[in-house]
Amino acid sequence: MPDDKLLQSRRNALKCMAYGGAGTLFVLAGGVFTPVDLATAADEKPGIARLGRPLFVQISDTHIGFNKEANPDVNGTLTQTIDIVNAMAVQPALIIHTGDITHLSRPAEFDQAQQMFSRLRTTELHTVPGEHDTQDPTVTEYFNRFGRASDNKGYYSFDHAGVHFVALINVLQFKPGGLGTLGDEQLAWVVADLKARTSSTPIVVFAHMPLWTIYEPWGWGTGDADQLMQPLRRFGSVTVLNGHIHQIVQKVEGNVTFHTARSTAYPQPLAGEGAGPAPLKVPADQLRGMLGVTSVSVVKHPSSMMMTDTTLA
Amino acid sequence: MNSGTYRPLLTIAVAALIWLLAAGNPASGAPPDSPQILIKDFMFAPDSLTIKAGTTVTWANKDDEPHSVVSDTGLFRSGARDTDETFSFKFDKPGTYHFTCSIHPKMVGTIIVD
Repeated sequence: MPDDKLLQSRRNALKCMAYGGAGTLFVLAGGVFTPVDLATAADEKPGIARLGRPLFVQISDTHIGFNKEANPDVNGTLTQTIDIVNAMAVQPALIIHTGDITHLSRPAEFDQAQQMFSRLRTTELHTVPGEHDTQDPTVTEYFNRFGRASDNKGYYSFDHAGVHFVALINVLQFKPGGLGTLGDEQLAWVVADLKARTSSTPIVVFAHMPLWTIYEPWGWGTGDADQLMQPLRRFGSVTVLNGHIHQIVQKVEGNVTFHTARSTAYPQPLAGEGAGPAPLKVPADQLRGMLGVTSVSVVKHPSSMMMTDTTLA
Repeated sequence: MNSGTYRPLLTIAVAALIWLLAAGNPASGAPPDSPQILIKDFMFAPDSLTIKAGTTVTWANKDDEPHSVVSDTGLFRSGARDTDETFSFKFDKPGTYHFTCSIHPKMVGTIIVD
């Protein structure tokens, strides 16, 4: 893409973001995100397709079972999300769900969610639980359905297309004050797991709660995440993906890019606005502009990942 | 409907009506004088309560967001309680019982049993 065209796109993107409308494409170049208006990008589909191949799509916070005013039809918005993913010209190799699959950890909610996920054309689904998925008295509903990959521990790793994926669980214990916790056992495991990889291996880490502190009073962070960042720093490309806060927040620190995804169910307020992170009620015509998915492509293997955030609007 | 089934149904209906009037608040399943802790705006209100041994405490969620009531020692665990749902627990032994919401662990409270 020529520079003037990119500049034009950036202007459009900023304009677009100003009224919170359509999706925005984030190109990661030299450690800095460059937003490109998706509407512009859509006009040049072949060009965008050349930028990278879709590696995976991140779906988050589907909250199946939620039925309050903020979105009385979470099944409908998840269906729409799945339709968007299924309509992608090149199907992603895998789908990652970053937790809060259900709202209340109830068996019928998990069953409903699984039935809906079975409609995805991409059949490889990797999950981590959110705190809404682990509220049943025995904490078994999630693990009975999704525990096999991790031998019921909640954390595991796998490789795909030269990228090393690390799935972590940070919702089972909490620090006093409410931040998530990885815990010593999991941290020891992840240190050993990463030790076996070369520094040029692109790493994707995903967990439900943010792995950096976004807003401590609401527990938007992970208390012992620093111990995870240490072994990650030597890698040339690290992408950290979370959910939990139902909105996009991102930052870049060295070679590590942090990004939280939108929910497919309902938005939440900006940090500190209101009594707590309750479902945010917005006019019906604005809701779909605040829900969406993230798709991640490898741009220039092995060093660059490109993230595309698409809303349901 | 024949008269053979009519009379038992009427008897049950009358009995249920009397029970409803006597029970005061049948929905909670707790005694009518059971102390309540409201869960509202991501807080337990009151966040500290002193009761006599043998008292049942009822928590009622008044937020749009689910909450839970979990004892620090594992004595009780409510599971997620959605809007307008309740959870009750009977405290038999004197002591100090700390509890938290396992979905929003910033929310904490204490029951003191005399």
